[in-house]
Amino acid sequence: MTAVKAPARESAGRFVAVAKGRLQQLLAFASLVVISAFFSFASPYFFTYSNFTAVLFSTVVIGTLAIGTTFVIITGGIDLSIGTGMALCAVMAGVFIVNMDLPLVVGVVATILFGGLMGLVNGINIAVLRIPPFIATLAMMLVAGGLALVLSNSAPIYFSEDPSYTKISTGNLIPGVEFPNAVVVLIVAAAIAGVLLTKTLLGRYTYSIGSNEEATALSGIDVRKWKIAIYAFAGLFIGLAGIMISARLGSAQPATGMGYELQAIAAVVIGGTSLSGGKGSIVGTVIGALIIGVLDNGLQLMSIPQEWQNVVLGCVILVAVYTDILRKKEI
Amino acid sequence: MVTVEPQVASLPLLEVAGVNKTFPGVRALSDMHLELRAGEVLALVGENGAGKSTLMKLLSGIYTADSGLFQLAGEPLEITGPKQAMELGISIIHQEFNLVPHLTVAQNIFIGREPRRLRVLLDERRLVRDAQELIEGANLPLDPNAVVGGLTVANQQMVEIAKGLSHDPRVLIMDEPTAALSDAEVAALHELIRGFVRPDTGVIYISHRMEEIRRIADRVTVIRDGEYIDTVDVATSTTREIISMMVGRTIDGGNGPAGVRDDREVILEVTGLRTRSLLKDVSFDLRAGEILGLAGLMGAGRTETARAIVGADPVDAGTIALRGRPIRIAHPADAVRHGIGYLSEDRKRYGLLLDKDVKANIALAALRNRFTTAGFVNDRAARAEAAEYVDSLRIKTPSLDQTAKFLSGGNQQKVVIARWLVRDCDILIFDEPTRGIDVGAKEEIYQLLNELAERGKSIIMISSELPEVLRMSHRVVVMSEGRVTRILTAAEATQESIMHYATLRPDENVEDAVELGLDPVELGLEPVEGEHS
Repeated sequence: MTAVKAPARESAGRFVAVAKGRLQQLLAFASLVVISAFFSFASPYFFTYSNFTAVLFSTVVIGTLAIGTTFVIITGGIDLSIGTGMALCAVMAGVFIVNMDLPLVVGVVATILFGGLMGLVNGINIAVLRIPPFIATLAMMLVAGGLALVLSNSAPIYFSEDPSYTKISTGNLIPGVEFPNAVVVLIVAAAIAGVLLTKTLLGRYTYSIGSNEEATALSGIDVRKWKIAIYAFAGLFIGLAGIMISARLGSAQPATGMGYELQAIAAVVIGGTSLSGGKGSIVGTVIGALIIGVLDNGLQLMSIPQEWQNVVLGCVILVAVYTDILRKKEI
Repeated sequence: MVTVEPQVASLPLLEVAGVNKTFPGVRALSDMHLELRAGEVLALVGENGAGKSTLMKLLSGIYTADSGLFQLAGEPLEITGPKQAMELGISIIHQEFNLVPHLTVAQNIFIGREPRRLRVLLDERRLVRDAQELIEGANLPLDPNAVVGGLTVANQQMVEIAKGLSHDPRVLIMDEPTAALSDAEVAALHELIRGFVRPDTGVIYISHRMEEIRRIADRVTVIRDGEYIDTVDVATSTTREIISMMVGRTIDGGNGPAGVRDDREVILEVTGLRTRSLLKDVSFDLRAGEILGLAGLMGAGRTETARAIVGADPVDAGTIALRGRPIRIAHPADAVRHGIGYLSEDRKRYGLLLDKDVKANIALAALRNRFTTAGFVNDRAARAEAAEYVDSLRIKTPSLDQTAKFLSGGNQQKVVIARWLVRDCDILIFDEPTRGIDVGAKEEIYQLLNELAERGKSIIMISSELPEVLRMSHRVVVMSEGRVTRILTAAEATQESIMHYATLRPDENVEDAVELGLDPVELGLEPVEGEHS
């Protein structure tokens, strides 16, 4: 009854379609390999286990932010508030854990939920008040950056009394094996996000809204509600990033954060997610974040000044997006 | 009928001979011929995918031919781009508008070649004057200072035409110029075309509408599958002959439906629907298994009625009852929950997820209630169901993973229909179900609508094509200026009766009466609404 006719042809067509959809990811992965190979030759320190974990470790914060933002960007939106939002969440972690002396787990959960709350506000502003995402999240970026300074009196909050807090980032899950917890967190977060994006209603509607919002609404999907849900969900990753950065530093730095949003968006874009919405993947985003991490690390190892790293990153973004445009023309 | 002046008869105005064009994997045109005589209107017909648009793109220089000959009045033509095509005297009015909505009519007409002073300063006064001259010369109902975005679709079409005429072309090519026009507007357009055709100019008129071609064209060239089939005089060939040349087989005409379905249960009852923008007191009912035609001119409020019913636009007043029970619809999600699906006239904008595959498009509306367990989507079930509908609706697609934008118009329409069938909607509102769909596929859509009605689904069909309304509808709701002016039974409905009620202008007395809360029908200012009780 439900058998599909000509299964062989059907699955071949399916394979081609899937391969086409994955091409940008494959390209991103290939460039990651090429860049890594280049640095392996350029520096004897690059291709070592300790450097491998160092790259992963340095990718965690950008990667976490980028994963949440991938959802937002697939809907055709943008989130500029993730950078300062992360700083605000880090401060909130300090408030919860240091100032209010809440148990660690409660403080961490509360911080992540606080990130979700920021996303919720963004979502309401965008979906209900119909403020364009760029403007709504630009405003949130300023509000969050300001609140981070206000709540901390513009001074860092140190987690010195809670040494276990930094273990969230720098500890090792398996004692003796040099593999930082932060990387485990990133992998788990990416896996959960990947499953949600590809296997659940939330993910499916994320793509549908980005592909054609009006058609999705006319198909009986409450687009407002789902958009709010998507922004709130993405906000959880801002909270998580706030935990990860403050745990790594052992302190909540209220003035950092600005600039992270653009790096995260760059990672998403390099990973093949279209800013016009409708397509993208978590795998691509993680690869994009890794490319940024590898560039950062490799250029440092080659003693190339910090200033040049952004120049290179900018060029990488242009190349990545242009290959995507070329690819679309071919089809 | 063919009134070619003897002295120019020897040389065709525009000649296309032996043209080939191949795209990777597709032979779009092979040995194509076309001959436009001076002083004539030549219709170009063919199913979607026959090669009409490829030919147009060759003539406008968007594509380059692999081989073949183009001649304008005996001179070989070398077309390198749209701008150059215009300079050579070939103006093409594309089906999809290329207008800047925020600019005025005059600014749009002369976009890219604005009159200037001292090379840099725009000469707005001359711009408006030139536009005014052009508009008056062609007798167009346009104000050069009006902002294009605020115009009706018909008037936007007129702006496109004015733009085309502003180049003083010898050959005017119109691609489906009437797809968005009501019959009255079509008549005005035809008037304009007749005014344009002189002994040294000609028009190529691409259309799917046979009755229009009969009215305006002298000859008709038929192409099929990228090949030239034949050119015949319109006066001496029947519509059926032309259509069978297009599709390569004989088409069964099919006659009107079997009549009123008075005995059936009333499924949907709309009473006193009113919106701020347009609708005033729209009331009608819909029965099980009925196809209810919704006819009217452009701007009569047909699409607005549909959108108001499904909650896509805000409603000021009115009630909607489903099987006798009043329901509240604030959002399309409510309508869908009650089993009401709307299929927009603009499939690309409001219907399809163009860059998603066929199965995602079919599953979209039913995803939540049929293919999701605990938030997780059951792709296998969605896929199997989509495959069934691809089969049963005869959707032509290489696979379920084909991207929707690569399907033909007819198959895209079927994908959207499948979406609502998977969702198990009992009431389907089709807005211009066959717009932009070729003749063969149209027949299939008609058959499908009839099958759906047979199965007990209730259908509201909005259409600007009167033959379509007459052929398909059990009853016809006729609207004019936001009101229902009459509900006709299949027996009462004729082209003339529909046009009569569609052009009925409720005068100020009626307006006043309505404002005062009086019933204009009782006052004898408006015809009695509806025959049913």
